[in-house]
Amino acid sequence: MKVVGGLFLNRLALFLPLVLFAALTIVLLLGLDKDPSELPSVLVGEPFPSFSLPALHDADKTLDERDVIGEVVLVNIWATWCFACRIEHAMLNQLAEQGVKVIGLNYKDNREAAITWLNERGDPYAFSVFDERGRLGIDLGVYGAPETYLLDATGTIRHRRVGVVDDRVWNNEFRDLYAQLMAVQR
Amino acid sequence: MTVELGHIALIIALCLACIQAVVPMVGSFSGYTHWMRVGHSMAVGQFVFVALSFACLTAAFIQDDFSVAYVANNSNTLLPLQFKISAVWGAHEGSLLLWALILSGWSTAVALCSGKLPLILSARVLSVLGAISVGFALFLLLTSNPFDRILPIPPLEGGDLNPLLQDFGLIVHPPMLYMGYVGFSVPFAFAIAALIGGQFDSAWARWSRPWINIAWVFLTIGISLGSWWAYYELGWGGWWFWDPVENASFMPWLAGTALMHSIAATEKRGVFRSWTLLLAILTFSLSLLGTFLVRSGILTSVHAFASDPERGIFILIFLGIVVGGSLLLFALRGPTMRSVTTYSGWSRETMLLINNVFLVSSMAMILIGTLYPLLADVLDMGKISVGPPYFNIFFVPLMSGLMICLGFAGFTRWKNTEGRALLHKGVIPSIVSLVMAFVLPMFMVDKLSWSNYSLTAVVTLLLVLWVVTMSLEDLWLKSRGKLSSLRGLSGSYWGMLVAHIGLAVCALGVGLSTAYDAQTDLRMLPGDKTELGGYQFQFVGVERVQGPNFIAYRGNVEVKSGGELIVRLSPEKRNYTSGGQVMTEADIDGQLHRDLYVSLGEPLGNQAWAIRFQVKPFVRCIWLGGLLIGLGGLLAALDKRYRRRRLRKGADESSGGLVFE
Amino acid sequence: MNKLRKQRLQVVLLIIVAGALASGLVIYMLGQNVNYFYTPSQIARGEAPEGVFLRAGGMVVEGSLVRDMDSLALEFKVTDGTSVLVVQHTGILPDLFGEGEAAIAAGKVDQNLVLQATEVLAKHDENYMPPEVAESMSEAYLDKRKTAAGTQ
Repeated sequence: MKVVGGLFLNRLALFLPLVLFAALTIVLLLGLDKDPSELPSVLVGEPFPSFSLPALHDADKTLDERDVIGEVVLVNIWATWCFACRIEHAMLNQLAEQGVKVIGLNYKDNREAAITWLNERGDPYAFSVFDERGRLGIDLGVYGAPETYLLDATGTIRHRRVGVVDDRVWNNEFRDLYAQLMAVQR
Repeated sequence: MTVELGHIALIIALCLACIQAVVPMVGSFSGYTHWMRVGHSMAVGQFVFVALSFACLTAAFIQDDFSVAYVANNSNTLLPLQFKISAVWGAHEGSLLLWALILSGWSTAVALCSGKLPLILSARVLSVLGAISVGFALFLLLTSNPFDRILPIPPLEGGDLNPLLQDFGLIVHPPMLYMGYVGFSVPFAFAIAALIGGQFDSAWARWSRPWINIAWVFLTIGISLGSWWAYYELGWGGWWFWDPVENASFMPWLAGTALMHSIAATEKRGVFRSWTLLLAILTFSLSLLGTFLVRSGILTSVHAFASDPERGIFILIFLGIVVGGSLLLFALRGPTMRSVTTYSGWSRETMLLINNVFLVSSMAMILIGTLYPLLADVLDMGKISVGPPYFNIFFVPLMSGLMICLGFAGFTRWKNTEGRALLHKGVIPSIVSLVMAFVLPMFMVDKLSWSNYSLTAVVTLLLVLWVVTMSLEDLWLKSRGKLSSLRGLSGSYWGMLVAHIGLAVCALGVGLSTAYDAQTDLRMLPGDKTELGGYQFQFVGVERVQGPNFIAYRGNVEVKSGGELIVRLSPEKRNYTSGGQVMTEADIDGQLHRDLYVSLGEPLGNQAWAIRFQVKPFVRCIWLGGLLIGLGGLLAALDKRYRRRRLRKGADESSGGLVFE
Repeated sequence: MNKLRKQRLQVVLLIIVAGALASGLVIYMLGQNVNYFYTPSQIARGEAPEGVFLRAGGMVVEGSLVRDMDSLALEFKVTDGTSVLVVQHTGILPDLFGEGEAAIAAGKVDQNLVLQATEVLAKHDENYMPPEVAESMSEAYLDKRKTAAGTQ
């Protein structure tokens, strides 16, 4: 009896580290899922926030949410201080050429630098909103740049991407939804 | 072109690593000697190509090649050369390449120094190391390629290296730390090889021990450097924050220390076999876990690299395979690792076991505290953070308990020790320690004019003096009072002595600086004075100065003691031109018995400034202690018995010890 | 062999007992030392316990930073887009602190719903917002809109 008992306890004890590790892995996996850029934004399914901000290129012109709502669009948060945005920019140019409407939200940036930046790299945006203080960013719950929101024709936010939108991201996260929304729009 | 070369070199290294991972292992089962030897050459080859890759990345930095995204994000034309080079490992992708480089370096070291190991063992060890290398190379190439280009228009200027990282500390701290982290992959590989082969004896312990020691030394120094760097670089006088990233480096150290002690018993007496194997797996697992925590974005921390869940998933899968696989192997092969000898009472084995319980408990406690916020978030219990008090409340008693037991270390005998004899040895030291511990703080109060008699100081001194007096008594007894017999004591013994005293010195620094730390934040106008910790500080004024890539306000503070000028301190508030980041550069006058620490807060208008003054007694002992601990480990690693035995006349004495070139 | 087995059994039992004790202690201490994060809206609604050490944060309201002339006492306001929280602190503000930037303060809420902060943190890059703050922003915005819709 003693022999059997001792052996069993021994065996059990040896598996304990593995069991603990498995539990840990589950916690970490769930934690990754909770990562903000994975989780849909609080605002997904909600209308785009109202705002009143100047246009980037024309300081006298004031834009509000009505300029954003009405078509299926991408709203892209960008800034000159954001290096990942440079990597993303080529993709945005490509999307614009393919006929995707992209609206820029220039976030916490310097106006002249931003305009120069677009002149140097090409401007994929139908227009850019100049959010110097990040006001609209607050309402959207923006973490920083780059971020991209996909809006449908009624102005409802349908998807949010925190981070660079490249080929892979576009194909996995945006392309099908975009096509769907465009079909509905017609 | 160099960039593409670097990329290709990395791919080649991956291929070599794949061969290294598979062929020797297969060869070890089938008995093909040639296949088993392949591991050695593959390891060296892999190192060559990873080094080439690393060199290419470094070249890109030196040449200001901003078409490379990683360079553009982390460097700048104005950046001084030494920081351009250290910026290579300043962010995620590059530091990962450093990991890979160091891993291949350790593998090469194993390949070159395993002449006396049975081929089966070294083949398996290199296979495991190869598998880990494959994981890291894949991680780099698939998710974190440092060689990605920005096209079509590369920026003309880079984004700059975070000013906090533009420092001597960045040049040394990460490489040192990684040498330690990665170094524990070698004992890990030895453990896996032992589990696979079922061969697990004193010889195995003797072969793997130096690797453990050396990795541990690097980790010790790396952590000490990190703490020291945070102290003077972050500008506010803190040196340990129980930050998740700090914890991620400390946990492997605790497990590694336990491993070092456990394997001593395994080598000498064949006990603790399961513990040693488990600790070897645990230490490296903690290194990998630390890597995961820091790079996956799962924990927000001031140190953490930018997050990317895709990377997180990759590391998690890698972690699952490596750690899960090894723990499964451990569980299945466990019964073959029975210890065959007994020990009793107050033997050295018992003390080592107690010691390891203290260490592993501390590690577990820290792990729970670090992961708890994540668990709470997953369970939707809100966004919480675990404050330092949690860690301190456990860590201090555990370490104190450890230090008490530590005192007896040298006196314990293997297999059994007379409990009473042990206590006898402790009588004089405990009396001496008690008396001094109560008396000394009184002098501290007088001489340095603090107003409190501190209990923390008493307890600290008690523990520190206990360890020191017991260690010295042991030394006295072992050398039988003769200076000449000191030469006869082994490297292992000196290592133990120095390391334990180093721990005491470190504890002295921690305890006394906590007990007597004096700090004040004040609004000062030029000419204002203040008194703190027995020193008189006078704020003279602030001027504007120009640095290589920053503009700064430089303050001028005179420090006097008893009317005599001791030092002029010039703390700075820097504004870095390229990123616009503001940084506080404190000025410190460091002596063994106290640091004078002044940092500029912010301008308050009308020439007034908010300034922080600190007098931190004995804080330097913390890092001095850390260095001593590392030195101790080094002495132990250099013990003669690991080196080639001298050939006796007519007989080959080399019986399996490692060969050091 | 009996001695060996007995020894091992003793060790195992010791480990189990010690482990249980330790776990209990750890869970207790965690509970005592956990700091929850509250948004200005939650504090305004009275959801934050008074006199308990907690963290709160939001965007620093422009023009709200006021300093005392003779000491380092200061006061500023943070908002999550809906409610405003007054924070009082004595000391030096971190380098990354700025009006219009995100800040997190740690301390206790007094009976006037003012946060008496012992620490003010602004660890993140000036252009990035701590996730807790960002999330609370958009939640507050949603609440605001729902309230507005409800009153129509």
